Amino acid sequence: MAIFVNENTKVLVQGLTGGQGRFHGLRNRDYGTQVVAGVTPGKAGQDVEGIPMYDTVDAAVAATGATASFIAVPPKAAPAAILEAARAGIGFIVCITEGVPAQDEARVFATLQRDFPKTRLLGPNCPGIISPGKCNIGITAGEIAALPTKSGPNVGIVSRSGTLTYQALYELKQLKIGVSTCVGIGGDPVPGTSFVDCLAEFQSDPETHAIIMIGEIGGSAEEEAAEFIMTHVTKPMSAYIAGVTAPAGKKMGHAGAIVSGGKGTAQGKMDALRSAGVKIGLNPTEACELMAQIVLGL
Amino acid sequence: MDLFEYQGKQYFARYDIAVSAGGVALTVDEAVKQAELAQYPVVIKAQVQVGGRGKAGGIKLANNADEVRTHAKNILGMDIKGHIVKRIWVEHASDIDQEYYASFTLDRSAKRHLLMLSAQGGVEIEQVAVTDPTAIVKLYVNPIEGLSFDNARRAVVDARISEKAVDGVAAMLVKLYECFTKGDCDLAEINPLILKPNGEVHALDAKVTLDDNAAFRHPEWDEYRATEELDEREKLAREKNLQYIGLDGTVGIIANGAGLAMSTLDVVNQVGGQAANFLDIGGGANAELMTSALEVINSDTKVKSIFINIFGGITRGDEVAKGIVEAMKRVKLRAPIVIRLDGTNAKEGREIIANAGIAESQLISRATMLEAARVAVELAGKN
Repeated sequence: MAIFVNENTKVLVQGLTGGQGRFHGLRNRDYGTQVVAGVTPGKAGQDVEGIPMYDTVDAAVAATGATASFIAVPPKAAPAAILEAARAGIGFIVCITEGVPAQDEARVFATLQRDFPKTRLLGPNCPGIISPGKCNIGITAGEIAALPTKSGPNVGIVSRSGTLTYQALYELKQLKIGVSTCVGIGGDPVPGTSFVDCLAEFQSDPETHAIIMIGEIGGSAEEEAAEFIMTHVTKPMSAYIAGVTAPAGKKMGHAGAIVSGGKGTAQGKMDALRSAGVKIGLNPTEACELMAQIVLGL
Repeated sequence: MDLFEYQGKQYFARYDIAVSAGGVALTVDEAVKQAELAQYPVVIKAQVQVGGRGKAGGIKLANNADEVRTHAKNILGMDIKGHIVKRIWVEHASDIDQEYYASFTLDRSAKRHLLMLSAQGGVEIEQVAVTDPTAIVKLYVNPIEGLSFDNARRAVVDARISEKAVDGVAAMLVKLYECFTKGDCDLAEINPLILKPNGEVHALDAKVTLDDNAAFRHPEWDEYRATEELDEREKLAREKNLQYIGLDGTVGIIANGAGLAMSTLDVVNQVGGQAANFLDIGGGANAELMTSALEVINSDTKVKSIFINIFGGITRGDEVAKGIVEAMKRVKLRAPIVIRLDGTNAKEGREIIANAGIAESQLISRATMLEAARVAVELAGKN
């Protein structure tokens, strides 16, 4: 088991002929992901290193039975690409595009919620998702992720940051701890999938025994996660929150990482998670070491 | 991007929101000219992106040219909480019957647009939220349904705004919502939104934050970019297309990824140091990027040591190491570098650094973030 994606997930890549789409799409296939199709208008009948191209998501789904989409198109095109995938019946969409306007994200999210409630969007501006050994969609370097073990214990990872996710994957590998699934929800103001969505899945996934969460300043997603953990999550957790020293009013790289009006501080988030029983590391390494202690006790 | 008040008012005017007649001035003479165009009495307002300018003496009423000269002279160049006043806005003074508050933002938790409206305007809304939270009416707007006049009107009635102002304020809210959505704002705030004795409603102030991600569809934003207040380091970084934020410490920071960069600031702080900046060079940490990053850090005279924190994912550690060694040949650095290289091919990368023939006093390699931070902070204290 794993969450959201597994060895049966069939992936199409919207924008496979673009620089990012080609690079990461092919890497994902090399990892063992079933990358069954590419979609770029006007490219039907061609192929990218053996992956057949289609003009529309509809045509790609009809021909290949794709169930998930990996979107790597420019910000202007991303909202339409997401909705095209949803209309074609795709159940899981990963959008790595950075720089989508917040108003567009809000409209896309509301449209999915109203018209395609069964479709899950991960991102935009996210590193993607990897269920080690089964499926990798996005930009994660698959080789740094430890495979889950049959007997466990295995850890689930959910994170707002890309590099900190890699850091966590890498450190868990050094500590010889298996990973069930690692989800990067992204650093934008309106992520399609939230911490809470992932925590709920991890809680009901029998292959996941403990959870690491990596948050950052801005918004209230971590506080909402803390509330959810208190009432719904029984699996042990450790967490790290980036941005303790970030100045107020400045966007720290990610569009969503900003402390404004005294809200969204790292301290507030750590306090909320701590009172929900989550072990807090003051840096990413510490959060993984805390996880190692947790895993030893399982 | 935060706009100055005058830019916010110009932006509002594009969406047909009533603002006072006025103009911006950079000199005393210009201020007099603008005052005559706007007609006396006028209000002279310091243009700074920080609250509390009224208390600091940055807003003054003038009835004639002499008064304009006196006030303009005092306000131009004034230091308001570290912001130097370079521009003043001169507008016709408005008669005020009542003051309200209105704003639109995106509520990230509800994933809806949020209207906040209050009959108590002209004061800080955060304060109202504490002292009298029931005085703020909140209305969530579904982004794909938008705000109708009827819904806006209901919110205005709920906020107990004077009956004579209800239709005017509701109409203005619909326009402000259009400015917020079509204008790609993160925040569109009017405080105070005034009711004049003649029954007109009017935006007396404007606070607008634009969503930088939407710049591609707003060529009209270019002029706002030109007046953005960046320090020299930030200007250089923007020219070089780097995600940089200037801070006040002595340890220069370069990291790949926004999360890791934030985390690096935290770890430096944890071991007793202060970061001089936030700098995310993104995924491909090659020689070109590294050179640009080092040039920007090097332009900051406060920097006493440089902490490069790289995690190799798809970008391999050996490529990053080659990039750093090459960049060090191109930039003559004033401060030593401490590097922490981890992840894919980190070992090979560390070997490249060890064998590059650069003195250990100039380029120090450490295996973990914490160790590297300790060394960088120690060096910053010594130099």
